[in-house]
Amino acid sequence: MSDKLKLKGLSRELIALRVANELEDGTYANLGIGIPTLVSDWIEGRDIILQSEIGMLKTGPLAMGDDVDQDLINASCQAVTALDGSSYFDITESFGMIRGGHIDVAVMGALQINDRGDYAGWSNPARGLFVGNIGGSMDLCAGAKKLFIAMEHTTRDGEYKIVKELSYPATALGMVSMLFTDLAVIEITPEGMVLKEVMAGLTPADVQSVTEPKLIISPDLKEMEL
Amino acid sequence: MDKVYSNIDEAIADIQDGAMIAIPGFFACGVPRALLQAIIRKGTRDLTLTCGCGPLLGAADELRTLVKNSQLKKVIDSYGLFRSASKGMQDPFEQAVRTGKIEFEVYPMGTMAEKYRAGGAGIPAFYTPTGVGSVVEEGLVTNIEANRTPKETRIINGQKYVLEYALRPDYAFVHAHTGDREGNLRYAKTARNFNHVMAAAARVTIAEVENLVGVGELDGNDVHTPGVYVHRMIKVPRPKFAITID
Repeated sequence: MSDKLKLKGLSRELIALRVANELEDGTYANLGIGIPTLVSDWIEGRDIILQSEIGMLKTGPLAMGDDVDQDLINASCQAVTALDGSSYFDITESFGMIRGGHIDVAVMGALQINDRGDYAGWSNPARGLFVGNIGGSMDLCAGAKKLFIAMEHTTRDGEYKIVKELSYPATALGMVSMLFTDLAVIEITPEGMVLKEVMAGLTPADVQSVTEPKLIISPDLKEMEL
Repeated sequence: MDKVYSNIDEAIADIQDGAMIAIPGFFACGVPRALLQAIIRKGTRDLTLTCGCGPLLGAADELRTLVKNSQLKKVIDSYGLFRSASKGMQDPFEQAVRTGKIEFEVYPMGTMAEKYRAGGAGIPAFYTPTGVGSVVEEGLVTNIEANRTPKETRIINGQKYVLEYALRPDYAFVHAHTGDREGNLRYAKTARNFNHVMAAAARVTIAEVENLVGVGELDGNDVHTPGVYVHRMIKVPRPKFAITID
């Protein structure tokens, strides 16, 4: 059981910034709903192309005012803009692109993750439904070359989200390579979770106290740089 | 070969109780709202609406009316519930799913897309890596427990895949930006989404178009859906809707 310790962490926007800093120029990326969507606010001017599974490559910033076009939205149902070089295509092309291994990085939110890189994000059992919103999450896990998770480190009540065993239904098993939270950056390796970065002002022991699996402290451990 | 109807109610007049209709649209965008309103007026019952990504969250008023009028037997989708659990509890569709009054069957979105593609292209089933390691691999994901039949899997080149089946709906309602009178269609931007593949998958495709042009006025290079897939057409006003879902 978690001791319900809640540490004050980075804002959702700053988690997104840390993810954006991890994306290399020349990356084709897909951003899931929630914190991942905020990554798009930090990559303007960067050589990163966003794929939106609705059927668009090179999705631009959110549309405001007169730029809003009801025929142009992203996969989170937000009005967006197009950029020079944007393209549109149908849904089978979009998911062929995803499953076929053409997208470099998918960034997804999560409800739970374990130290084997399994994660759960599509259904919260507290809702009491066997069915739920799978959307494009499982296709992105199956097909993206790398899978990043961006989420808050614990639940609002201070319960573990980084757990030894998932108690929520899995989205995919063993696919996550990096985890970005409001407190830390963690790499998933065959040996387990390696703590690479901690938020300024925190110790590895602080992060461990809100993380159920045992963390391996990286020899290169550093403060999160934003 | 003129496929244009002057009256939308005549264009759907043969749809019988129990029909399966494909509804494209990705949340609010590219949804055939005028045809949904026509099927509400007609009062057809025991409908199965097979979707792709939440068009009935986008066309929320139409969904609410279909539920209120008890016209739905089943909905198939990848994303059909409110994100917010508390708002979902107030939603008549979710309430009907909870009581089992309406069946709700769920697949990953890329699997939905491929089910239509296969259906329209003469492929009966396909193996996909999507869903392996989740409940999707184990069996049909549906609120009706008795219908959770197991799925077949197979190891190919050392990797596990799930067998999923093609889908051939009785009808597809599609929404296009422009169509010519022989059924060639062109979509606007991200409103294309599931429209083309559903037009190809269905036995009878009925297209509502914002702009109707004469044969020859839509350049062949600009056609997204060739007319062979489209059986009936109707001109509709450009819809106005809020770009939002709950």
